[in-house]
Amino acid sequence: MTATTVAIRHRLAERGVDRQMLLLVPATVFVVALFVYPFAYGIAVSLQPAEGGLLAAYQAFFADAYQRDTIGTTLAIALPAALLNVVASVPIAYRMRGRFRGKRLLTTILVVPITLGTVLTAEGLLNFLGPAGWFNRFLVTTGLTDAPVRLTNNYWGVFFSLVITGFPFAFLLVLSYLSGIDPSLERAAATLGAGWRQRFFRITLPLLAPGLATTFCLTFVLAFSVFPSAILVGDPSGSTRVISIAAYEAAYVRYDYAGASAAAIIMGAVELVVIAIVLGLRGLLYTGSTAGGKG
Amino acid sequence: MRRSIVASPAAWLVWGTVIVFFVFLTGIIGSVVVNSFGLRWFDSWLPEAYTTDWYGQAWDEFTLLPVLTVTLIVCLLVAGISVLVGVPAAYVLARRRFPGSRFLYLLFLLPILMPPITYGIPLATVLYKYGLAGHLSGVVLANLVPSIPFVILTMTPFIEQIDPAVERAARMCGARTRHVFYRILAPLLVPGILASVILVVVRTVGMFELTFLTAGPDSQTLVVALFYSMSAAGIRAQQSVDAMAVIYCVMMLTLLVVALRFVNPTQLVARVKEDPE
Repeated sequence: MTATTVAIRHRLAERGVDRQMLLLVPATVFVVALFVYPFAYGIAVSLQPAEGGLLAAYQAFFADAYQRDTIGTTLAIALPAALLNVVASVPIAYRMRGRFRGKRLLTTILVVPITLGTVLTAEGLLNFLGPAGWFNRFLVTTGLTDAPVRLTNNYWGVFFSLVITGFPFAFLLVLSYLSGIDPSLERAAATLGAGWRQRFFRITLPLLAPGLATTFCLTFVLAFSVFPSAILVGDPSGSTRVISIAAYEAAYVRYDYAGASAAAIIMGAVELVVIAIVLGLRGLLYTGSTAGGKG
Repeated sequence: MRRSIVASPAAWLVWGTVIVFFVFLTGIIGSVVVNSFGLRWFDSWLPEAYTTDWYGQAWDEFTLLPVLTVTLIVCLLVAGISVLVGVPAAYVLARRRFPGSRFLYLLFLLPILMPPITYGIPLATVLYKYGLAGHLSGVVLANLVPSIPFVILTMTPFIEQIDPAVERAARMCGARTRHVFYRILAPLLVPGILASVILVVVRTVGMFELTFLTAGPDSQTLVVALFYSMSAAGIRAQQSVDAMAVIYCVMMLTLLVVALRFVNPTQLVARVKEDPE
């Protein structure tokens, strides 16, 4: 080994680069080959449609109202569902953050719908909320409604499926963020005479807000990629024709790979825009330690 | 803090919401289970008679044995490969700061943050181009995309907990990187690796979109087979579809019970750590 290579190795090692970095190679190769390359390939395909110019696939997507409206449909399902999941989990998690008997059991049961996934939830919703299901039977028997309420194969079926799988997810995240906030901060505020309203809105909520933004993003990603439930409990050709269905149909029904890649990329872009907005707003919030204590 | 005996209206509201949620959850799972055992169930609260025939029928009609074998093979391969590839990378990311480490971390975060459909469709196109999709290998490769980053993200905090002094001591005694890994780190990391293997298995069994886009007729996992049998409703008896759903459900719940022996429920959910600082 010559003196110069040793010198270079030393200088690299000073900056934290040495042979151990080789351990990163397999993972990086996998992610580049299976994620970055397909994405780049997808962008390239979307720019080379069978006919028309460079952006013809995108123009076709935005010119056709049947395709364009899927963006609005997806947002109309995903945003309210994600928002409801986050907003509903705050008071519930706030009340349950202490220790109480059966807490582990409760969190365990809440993990069940996340593990079961959207396909099984869809099957259950079809049975449970369907016209002859237990829910409508209950409504009719108690006289709340005269005729069964239509809750499946439309917007509400998909919405319920997103709440059933998304709410536990949001709740457990919010709960873990809340448990990270030192309760003595609130006790200090109580000592100074703050009521629960002041304690919640001026101490806990500001500390929790960045966590809520992250939770919203993750729940939104889950809700935005709604695909199986939109087909199974939704109305896949009408009110719940979400953008993932449009992309899937282009690829596997019409074999229009340029259109499918364009739809997939538009879907990713819309999602990233929403996340960027939320994370941008989150940047305005206080994001320091929530552990309290001295200093 | 002081607790009053009579709950406040807010508490009633909160517990009421929770109870309604659980009623829905029990109704959703219960109706599938009851229907899968029901003989005739039209206009009543419960079926008129019960039978277990639907399970045999589902087993034969949907050729569940090959489907379950495929599911098992896919899970084991995905979990094995993602641990072998992910843990070393997690080690470097946990221990080192080097130019571009934040960029690399972001690169590993992206596949988890994107909806599977967005990268699944281009990925499936690429895999079809190289003749990999439609087989087991394509399904495994597609499922590795979110699994490797997931292993990296779950393992990084585990590795950060291990005192670097232990490794330095081993090096002082003359151990090479390989020995440090097999003799020092691996035994200490076993709980973490087990946890991430189980989480990857749970996620792979439940991963619908990627498998759906890349699977061929003989490489379907259980959840994809379930989707196909559901979307072809009317051809098969609803009860045998439900029997299949119950089999899937039992499989997932068994995995869940196993998983909960090793991990905290919130860990199943909290996939992304706050800022990597």
